[in-house]
Amino acid sequence: MSASTTLPPPQDADLERARAAAAAVVDPEIPVLTLEDLGVLRGVERRDGRIVVSLTPTYTGCPATLAIALAVETALAEAGLADARVETVLAPPWSTDDISDAGRRKLKEFGIAPPERAQRGRGLFAQETVACPRCGSTRTLRISEFGSTACKALWRCEACAEPFDYFKCL
Amino acid sequence: MTVASASAHETAAASPRSLFRYVLGLADDALVLGHRLSEWSGRAPMLEEDIALSNLALDLIGQARLLYAYAGEVEGMGRDEDALAYLRDERAYSNVLLVEQPNGDFAATMVRQLLYAAFMHPYYQALSASADRRLAEIAAKAVKEMAYHLRHASEWVVRLGDGTEESHARTAAALDELWMYTGELFAMDEGERALAAAGIAVDRAAIRPRWDATVDAVLREAALKRPGECWMQSGGRSGRHTEHLGHMLAEMQVLHRAHPGATW
Repeated sequence: MSASTTLPPPQDADLERARAAAAAVVDPEIPVLTLEDLGVLRGVERRDGRIVVSLTPTYTGCPATLAIALAVETALAEAGLADARVETVLAPPWSTDDISDAGRRKLKEFGIAPPERAQRGRGLFAQETVACPRCGSTRTLRISEFGSTACKALWRCEACAEPFDYFKCL
Repeated sequence: MTVASASAHETAAASPRSLFRYVLGLADDALVLGHRLSEWSGRAPMLEEDIALSNLALDLIGQARLLYAYAGEVEGMGRDEDALAYLRDERAYSNVLLVEQPNGDFAATMVRQLLYAAFMHPYYQALSASADRRLAEIAAKAVKEMAYHLRHASEWVVRLGDGTEESHARTAAALDELWMYTGELFAMDEGERALAAAGIAVDRAAIRPRWDATVDAVLREAALKRPGECWMQSGGRSGRHTEHLGHMLAEMQVLHRAHPGATW
């Protein structure tokens, strides 16, 4: 498209509105994180005239995936874009590295230890070090690698004796 | 057979029908094991494991849904994931026998989990380079989850095998019981071999060294003896199942069949 000094066509404004509406939707299980923080909003584009919002799931079986898609559809409708469509994309697979810095900070403030590093390379019996989100101590103990949601593990701090959730690396 | 006729033959075998059968087999493996693990919900020996097993089940059922949806598209007969999961009888299920074996005690569930995850982790890793883009995408997602499954099962098998006399005996018994179902993980029919030759499926025999290495390392750490060579049971891929699958499907499918088309 050639450069132009005229105002952007109305559909671009709609795209921007769709992106803002989708990005502000919060995760139903970790309500401090928006979809933008979580890094699951993959694209907002116009296809054959219709706005398509692409989302990627965190875990394949995560029950929140459907709730998130419905919440995005609702947010789009409330933004006056009832015609917009939500689709799921798998590639590239979501990784905890896709969580924004703001998202990581919000997780910690919420009492969930943010993911330390990508899972790749961790050996069969290797241990990881996780800092307590409350007191910051690294004298922590993994209780279970599987927690209250697919994305979290259960840990306990030996320093302040509090149990906490750890957003595990994927 | 000449090379030319062999490749023509392979192309014919790597048909949409073969692809459907292949994807369906992967989906059935994931769903049947996922459902088995879900049977532990509310009944596991401790709360943390109750949650863990339900999480593992969710991963597997999530993988199954993606695979069924794709299988239905490949088949092109209008069957969706629900139709494939709930409206096929035992003989139409093509999962390997290992995954349909009853949960038994916690040790048996963990051994079954180890044998399956030690295979599927490298398998999905290889499949993520498939020439079939959709399969590659699903595999790239699933491999990350299987890494957690493998680690979870490995840690438990070590804890149980190298634990008390009782936990060791139970884990050893489960290993002996389930070993004869491991051969089927490596078996391929003509259609799947053709798909592997076309770069779509993965050559299961090529996964063997990694499976052996993982299983051997865990068993060594767990002070368990690898069972010797034995006769390997098979039949699951062609719909000849142990008696356990029919009972499982009856429970899994009854609601959907009693109330066709019901939604939440």
